Amino acid sequence: MTAQTVETTSPTHAKVVAPIAWKFPIVYSILALVSFVFFGLIGRDGETTFRVASGGDLFAIPDLVVSSTAAGLTLGILLVIMAAVSVYVAMRRLSIGSWFPMLFGILFVLSFLAWAGGGSGGVIPLTTLLAGALALSVPLIFGAMCGLVGERSGIINIAIEGQLLAGAFLAAVVASVVKNPYAGLLAAPIAGALVAVILTFFAVKYWVNQIIIGVVLNVLVVGVTSFLYSTVLTEDPGLWNSRQKLPDLPIPLLSDIPVLGRVLFDQNILVYIMYVVVIALQIFVFRSKWGLRMRAVGEHPKAADTVGIKVNLTRVRNTLLAGAIAGLGGAFFTVGSGLAFGKEMSAGQGYIALAAMILGKWNPKGALMAALLFGFSKSLGNTLQSIGTPVANELLLMLPYIVTVFAVAGFVGRVRPPAAEGVPYVK
Amino acid sequence: MTKVFGSFVANDHIDLTIEPGEIHALLGENGAGKSTMMNVLYGLYDADGGEILIDDEPVRFSGPGDAVAAGIGMVHQHFMLVPVFTVAESVALGYEPTKSLGLLDIAQARKKVIEISSRFNFNIDPDALIEDLPVGAQQRVEIIKALSRDAEILILDEPTAVLTPQETDELISIMRQLKEQGTSIVFITHKLREVRAIADSITVIRRGKIVGEASPESTEAELASQMVGRAVSLTTEKDEADPGDATFHVRGLTVVDKAENVVVDDVSFDVRRGEILAVAGVQGNGQTELAETIIGLTEPRLGTITLDGKDLVGESVKNRLGAGIGFVPEDRSTDGIIAEFAIRENMILDVYDREPYAKGLNLKPKVITAEAKSKVEEFDIRLGSVADPIATLSGGNQQKVVLSRELGRQLRLFIASQPTRGLDVGSIEFVHKRVIAERDSGTPCIIVSTELDEVYGLADRIAVMYSGRIVGIVGPDTSREALGLMMAGVPAEEALAATDAEAASADEPAATSAGPADDDSAPTSAEETE
Amino acid sequence: MTTDISPAAPSPAPPPEAEAEDGRQQNLLQEILSGSWLVSLLAIVLALLLGGVLIAVSNAEVVAAAENFFAAPGEFFSTLFSTVGNAYSALFRGAVFDWDARTAERAIRPLTESMVSGTPLILTGLGIALAFRCGLFNIGGQGQVILGATIAGFLGYALSLPPIVHMLIAVIGGIVGGAIWAGIAGVLKARTGANEVIVTIMLNSIAGYALGYLLKQNWFTHTASANPQSRVIDDSAQMFLLLPPPFRLHFGFVLAILATVFVWWLLERSTIGFEFKAVGANPHAARTAGISVSKVTVTVMIVAGALAGLGGAAQVLGTEFKLTGGISGSIGFDAITVALLGRSKPLGTFLAGLLFGAFKAGGYLMQSQTGTPIDIVLVVQSVIVLLIAAPPLVRSIFRLPTPVLKRKED
Repeated sequence: MTAQTVETTSPTHAKVVAPIAWKFPIVYSILALVSFVFFGLIGRDGETTFRVASGGDLFAIPDLVVSSTAAGLTLGILLVIMAAVSVYVAMRRLSIGSWFPMLFGILFVLSFLAWAGGGSGGVIPLTTLLAGALALSVPLIFGAMCGLVGERSGIINIAIEGQLLAGAFLAAVVASVVKNPYAGLLAAPIAGALVAVILTFFAVKYWVNQIIIGVVLNVLVVGVTSFLYSTVLTEDPGLWNSRQKLPDLPIPLLSDIPVLGRVLFDQNILVYIMYVVVIALQIFVFRSKWGLRMRAVGEHPKAADTVGIKVNLTRVRNTLLAGAIAGLGGAFFTVGSGLAFGKEMSAGQGYIALAAMILGKWNPKGALMAALLFGFSKSLGNTLQSIGTPVANELLLMLPYIVTVFAVAGFVGRVRPPAAEGVPYVK
Repeated sequence: MTKVFGSFVANDHIDLTIEPGEIHALLGENGAGKSTMMNVLYGLYDADGGEILIDDEPVRFSGPGDAVAAGIGMVHQHFMLVPVFTVAESVALGYEPTKSLGLLDIAQARKKVIEISSRFNFNIDPDALIEDLPVGAQQRVEIIKALSRDAEILILDEPTAVLTPQETDELISIMRQLKEQGTSIVFITHKLREVRAIADSITVIRRGKIVGEASPESTEAELASQMVGRAVSLTTEKDEADPGDATFHVRGLTVVDKAENVVVDDVSFDVRRGEILAVAGVQGNGQTELAETIIGLTEPRLGTITLDGKDLVGESVKNRLGAGIGFVPEDRSTDGIIAEFAIRENMILDVYDREPYAKGLNLKPKVITAEAKSKVEEFDIRLGSVADPIATLSGGNQQKVVLSRELGRQLRLFIASQPTRGLDVGSIEFVHKRVIAERDSGTPCIIVSTELDEVYGLADRIAVMYSGRIVGIVGPDTSREALGLMMAGVPAEEALAATDAEAASADEPAATSAGPADDDSAPTSAEETE
Repeated sequence: MTTDISPAAPSPAPPPEAEAEDGRQQNLLQEILSGSWLVSLLAIVLALLLGGVLIAVSNAEVVAAAENFFAAPGEFFSTLFSTVGNAYSALFRGAVFDWDARTAERAIRPLTESMVSGTPLILTGLGIALAFRCGLFNIGGQGQVILGATIAGFLGYALSLPPIVHMLIAVIGGIVGGAIWAGIAGVLKARTGANEVIVTIMLNSIAGYALGYLLKQNWFTHTASANPQSRVIDDSAQMFLLLPPPFRLHFGFVLAILATVFVWWLLERSTIGFEFKAVGANPHAARTAGISVSKVTVTVMIVAGALAGLGGAAQVLGTEFKLTGGISGSIGFDAITVALLGRSKPLGTFLAGLLFGAFKAGGYLMQSQTGTPIDIVLVVQSVIVLLIAAPPLVRSIFRLPTPVLKRKED
């Protein structure tokens, strides 16, 4: 359509108002009721222990022991109050900051934990939970950053999965051969970028549909890595596939902060690189010449062309860069975690990274939060599994995917992708 | 200079010389090759022959960057602005002022915008988002963009297509200002009046070739005949309308777009059997949405649409087509045809599931082919085979396919949006004749058009839309000046009065024709816009 | 993702597909050379060559011979050819005809095995192809197969009904399962514009975890076993064999043929298909012509999901006979490559499904006899599809003429 922006009309049309958005209040209310009724009223007897301390902290924080039912009721009432506030806000057609859903989420998770930890008298190790969440998030965050850079420049990248796997593979092999995990760290981005080379070759040169290439590339990478694993790597694992682990490098002082310090600042270099990548992208995507051009190419390539920006070159460069980022993320599976390479070890994380990128609305900060959320839900699943709660692990593992389905269905506000993504630029 | 697409020669050995500080109009019909030529000049396309000289130096552009460096700026017909960028970002793009680490110096970019904006009184906020700006302001951003790169030659591609007459006047004064400051302007258009108002020299292009130079003193009729290649009568022959009962009513129709802007605002009108109501107005004033709401592509927030006593609001498009509406959409290639489909399939696009084309769930290929062949005869469609994809046809023939489909059944209402946009003169005549024939068979017709010539050629009554409202419904003999004022939002009576007064003082005999129209239509419009 | 990634939209001027069937007289030879079937064939050859290279470089003997290349070039080539040749001849013997077999039955059994492996691929591939033709990217074959298999399998051991009837009920259950799963994506796309690519990818994972969860529940598996797998389905629910044992060819293959014919009729001869294709090619024009785009979107996804669900049902009722976590294998993703190789046409998809089924069946023999991992099949498959997606690339590799291209510029 050639529709141009219609000039905004005078304010006399106030009679036509938008309908009330009931979506969020309904969701909040349901969750609040679930929390109040199931975790509170008919909750489980017994006490739940929240353990925040771990050895070596500067000062010890005692365990927090609460009655499961009492905690469930208290938190449930708080949640019901918040739900009521959201109803009021919706009826007045006001908007509310992003702190609201975050606070709601934290309270809900706490009430769930208090309930889940009851019964068995289990101990919830908060530090382990959070550390696990971060570890599980690292590849997701790298993957989401990869997707973001690619799509912001107009190339849809479904092949994040393949890039993670390729990165994991090459990192393991190179680290093993050189006997140095840092060598693997250098090799991983190359693997990711190689996958991106194929992606851009077909997408930019031959205008093949980018979703198709992405899906097929994932199969290709699984095929190649599994084949080489079964032939070369298993023939002489000592040479090709020995474990190499990046050492942890605690940052002085910061790593001594209880809970968060341990979680955030006693990590290997890959995690620190991740912090840098996210912060750098958050700044450079929106405030640099590079970012401005990248976004222009992804939103309106012709406009970029008319000011002398080489559209396809920009796309290729950025997609390769993105591939390198994903490759680094893949390294976390092997050298980052000190594991040998295993067949299909990325196990669908690339798809979750894609989901995180969408949930984060193509913003580094948002994608980071989404990836952390997904990592947390997985870590939560692992923790609950180990303390033996009635909640099935599978149901928690499903959560990121379900959340994403709701997100793309518009439950978290308008998700607007770059306008020209997936469209080959042809003069 | 020559540019070839496949076997189609868009520009055939064109020579053009632009003098410093002149406004040079490039005049031609749609599809004559004007835009192609400027895209070559701007480095977007490679020329297949010829050369470009600036100050007698031959230059070669491998991309727009080179053209910009050589001092050429271009304002495209479809703006080259990223909707989610701010004005400052848009102006900076490609020539970004940077601080260390490649970070943008946005303050610098803002300063530049403010400086140029104040120099020409553009009144543009550097921090506004492009998508929030009205069309006229976006155009000014484009001009700022070009000027910020020290353009000495500014190419304006159909700059007035999306502007109101008042905005057009503003643009013309901007162009004069630029000229005074020494900028050469190439002004591409197919609108004769504007050319005469502003151009210093005129080059007329037809079918990719220069057919002549003209002076701004030429009359419109002279320019028009040069443009189309033969003397054309600017009005289509038709008999007086013989309207019957009003069978189609729209009352209080209000349509809101996704961004909650009111795009059709409390519109009411009737169409009688056997008359053509033309909806005139500058593009983007709600006409498109009005037509789409009648056919059911958009649901109104308020109001009723009644055909033969039946309220259509809430009915599906299919049911409305079933109720006897024929609809020719504005954007043919997007909404009217399916390019990959065969011609015969396009001929049954909205009747594929009706007898005789289908029985139950089964299509009847033989019937479909036979019917298609007979329509090809009737509508004089030039084609190879009805099994070819419709994309192989010319625009005019594609439009004939659409018409053969929509007029090929008994209608209770016919709506056509921009039915002749982008067509050659022969096809335009054909389309107009068919529409008038449909009117004469007693069908109420609505024609939405931004071309005043078309409006005058077809209309029995003219409804003028501005900013979503119908500012008045007037007779077909209303003067162009009065319509122009109405298209800028001036209510019908005032517009007629103003032009009457002006005409009287200028003592032009043409004004007398506005008199009777005033009597006829003013009460109608007052009543109907209530 | 954009809300309208229709396959038609991304290519403003699609690359020269060989669909220039115009009335003009064309050089017949040129038409054959530039024809799409030749491109497909060459893509397969190229992919097999590439697979051969991979087999060679990963083989210690070949690498050792290569190191001595200058000393004994003949040795290198003979090792190379025997290694790659052995692998591919095992692949062929496992897929089509085993000339080493002791009995005639065993010699032709591989072909029927390829049909068996191909059955779910054809059915699911048809589901994907149908959606492609209608402008929808159904990446959710995997989830739909899982749902179809889960419901069909459950009905297969949970009910007790007479033979045939039981099987048909279970099959219908599978169809409904796949239809519902894909229908979710269809409804979300139609009602909220949610991109079907993302939703179906997410639904794949959700289906996998859901099955994993169910297989741990005794009420579902009907066994007390701690292994995450179900009881074996009843004989009455198994798809009957078309040939006596040792052949495993079952009724599912007949269903695959019927489904192929059905999809052909749907797309080429029915008003529903007309709507489907219209929406796929140009949703704007379809809407203007009174076709309900949202209704079509939902219907297409439901039909596509039903086909994929049928594929899952055929897998569990015809070959596997019990539910496991890996019941779907990689059928869902393979089916995407099948649909692409088949150019989203019913017959093409059928043939492509057979080919990939043959790769799968032959791959097992290749792995057991020559030690070449079956993963090579994935490589060959994906390379085929990549090449097919870019016909100009194949043409330029083989220096074939480009088909006469009719392109209009306005």
